[in-house]
Amino acid sequence: MERIYIFTRFERFWHWTQALLVIGMMITGFEIHGTYTLLGFVKAHQIHTVAAWALIILWMFAIFWHFITGEWRQYIPTMRNVDVVIRHYVWGIFQGEPHPFKVTRKQKHNPLQAQAYLMVKVLINPLLWISGLIYLYYNELASMGHNLDLASIALAHTIGAFMMLAFFIAHVYLITTGDTVGAHLKAMITGWEHGEEESAK
Amino acid sequence: MKSRLFKRLAQFWPGGRSLLAALLLAGNAYASELPAVKMDSTADHSKFKELQQSFSSGPELTKVCLSCHTEAARQVHRTKHWTWDFLNPENQQRLGKKNVINNFCISIPSNYAFCTSCHVGYGWKDANFDFKSEENVDCLACHDTTGAYRKLPGMAGHPPYKDTEIPPGSGKFAKAVDLSKAAQKVGKTSRDTCGACHFFGGGGDGVKHGDMDSSLASPDKELDVHMDATGLDFTCGTCHKTSSHDVPGSRYTPVGKDKDGAHMRGKEDKSNPATCQSCHGFTPHKSDALAAKLNDHTDKIACQTCHIPAIARGGVATKMTWDWSTAGQLSPEGKPIIKKDEKGRVIYDSKKGDFTLGENVTPEYAWFNGKVTYTLLGDKIEKSEGVTHINKMGGSAADGQSLIWPMKVFRGSQPYDPVHKTLVTPHTAGNDDTAYWKNFGWEKAIDTGMKVSGADFSGKVDFIKTDMSWPITHMVAPKEKAVACNECHAKGGRLDKIEGVYIPGRDANSLLNLLGWLAAGGTLAGVSLHGLIRFLRRKH
Repeated sequence: MERIYIFTRFERFWHWTQALLVIGMMITGFEIHGTYTLLGFVKAHQIHTVAAWALIILWMFAIFWHFITGEWRQYIPTMRNVDVVIRHYVWGIFQGEPHPFKVTRKQKHNPLQAQAYLMVKVLINPLLWISGLIYLYYNELASMGHNLDLASIALAHTIGAFMMLAFFIAHVYLITTGDTVGAHLKAMITGWEHGEEESAK
Repeated sequence: MKSRLFKRLAQFWPGGRSLLAALLLAGNAYASELPAVKMDSTADHSKFKELQQSFSSGPELTKVCLSCHTEAARQVHRTKHWTWDFLNPENQQRLGKKNVINNFCISIPSNYAFCTSCHVGYGWKDANFDFKSEENVDCLACHDTTGAYRKLPGMAGHPPYKDTEIPPGSGKFAKAVDLSKAAQKVGKTSRDTCGACHFFGGGGDGVKHGDMDSSLASPDKELDVHMDATGLDFTCGTCHKTSSHDVPGSRYTPVGKDKDGAHMRGKEDKSNPATCQSCHGFTPHKSDALAAKLNDHTDKIACQTCHIPAIARGGVATKMTWDWSTAGQLSPEGKPIIKKDEKGRVIYDSKKGDFTLGENVTPEYAWFNGKVTYTLLGDKIEKSEGVTHINKMGGSAADGQSLIWPMKVFRGSQPYDPVHKTLVTPHTAGNDDTAYWKNFGWEKAIDTGMKVSGADFSGKVDFIKTDMSWPITHMVAPKEKAVACNECHAKGGRLDKIEGVYIPGRDANSLLNLLGWLAAGGTLAGVSLHGLIRFLRRKH
């Protein structure tokens, strides 16, 4: 049985901490947004703010890690084989075909997956962070002479939140599309991804 | 020398060390003991020969006060407490108690002798009162400390000089005041002296303000953190820091948004010293995880909005509505009626109509910039326009001068002239042929009142709905009892009707919400369908 170690310890730590923080921030964020009452506004706001700072710190380490290890290359977008992957998800997967993409240490995400993660990293996250920091400090900005409309800040932040939510739903589903339902999840926990033989079983 | 001896003795007699020390200390204290002295003032008025006599009237006493306090009366003459007259410099409206009309007891002209029991003077019984008279200034109204000095309605600002039946025929007697005793014990103003009038505005305890009533005479911390009688023990004057007898703070030109901040000694500062900010500044929240975010709120929200969670918190109910249109119902015997609720509070009085009262009332909220415009006698009012505002509170989210304030909004129905379309000034109190409270006839009462006010009256009477807003600023609760975040950051919360600000938790862009949930829901539906097909086509 061929197994590849694709997720290093830091990567797994980063992923799961981020997962916890993002889920927490979605729960508290939509409460702050007024969607429901769960913890109460003030608790929700406190947790959301603390989680935001925790996530920012985590991401500082993650960015550093990406550059030091060269792992940022994993996210260089390509259209090569995207059509094959799409065909698999809309057709092949229902026929019991194996995934056309083979995980390697050099390329651990299929091209569609890499593009999706890139979108999270360069679009959704920055949108959430920038609008979120402005949201948090708009009073300070106002006293510095930048009078921003809170409704617009909230609008941008909420757009980011809905995008994150949609990503989250798709992401959670797509991890069940490995060779077995739990294969991807297991890889993210242990770091080891199944190789070809495993999938042939 | 002494200390060496002490050490020596202590060495041989360890148990006696403390006893020895106590003896030495006592010796020192004895040597430096000073005679007892009154510390709160440089004058003990009971030692003044001039005050050790009996006085037959208030003015007689005042003359004696003025023989030392030579400038006092003329200082008082310059204040609203004396003139009951105020020209609003911002809009040139002629205000002051003697000019404005409200929706409580309505107006003062033609009722002077009753209303002026709260005037800092003696003898204002009609429009001919001499405002230049120095001896008619009532020093005791504010400086009495005995609690026994009391002015009674109907006596034009005089206290009872002999035991007086009040109201006449009631069998209840008010004791004559001892002017000499009161004069010998004069002192600074107190919650009691200010409260003697300000707690009872509108004709009874707590009626008018909602944030001022007799419960503030000796409040606990729960009711008012500053006035807490066993704690900080503020008097009214602690905040309403007065000089030259002119008490700062105004209902006519209040400070909506204090931009001057905390006062500093030595720095000339003409801003109102009674605002929260004049002591606490703009960043009052300290050392709390939430402090920074709470301080962020001070540019939009008055301190009072969070820190005074309810009106009438001290156990005294305040009037919330007053319907004059139902006044005048009499018993089959033709006698006035009083109806009370289950708590024994008057809810109907033939003299005044129907009331509703409230305790622990959640205030209403409005942007307020301190600019108040009154509806005065002669201003045109239209019944068809709904509610006439006795006072319009200026302010908006955008003017940069406003904060969101808590208000007591007092609603009522009161007589007006449907022909001339003006408010009217009825003659209510008095023992004569036209006073409403004696005769129950509006036409005659209004005719008399309007003549005294110098206004035209058509002879027709109708009733018009009015409201009056009272910014709330007293009865500051302990911080643990402050209004919580989620009471406003919610749909249907306290600030539900406030316009012009985005309140997270209350506001959201409904188009974005629709698109957002469609996107998220669509994703969920898509993956569910995908999963379902996978499940159905799985190979066993």
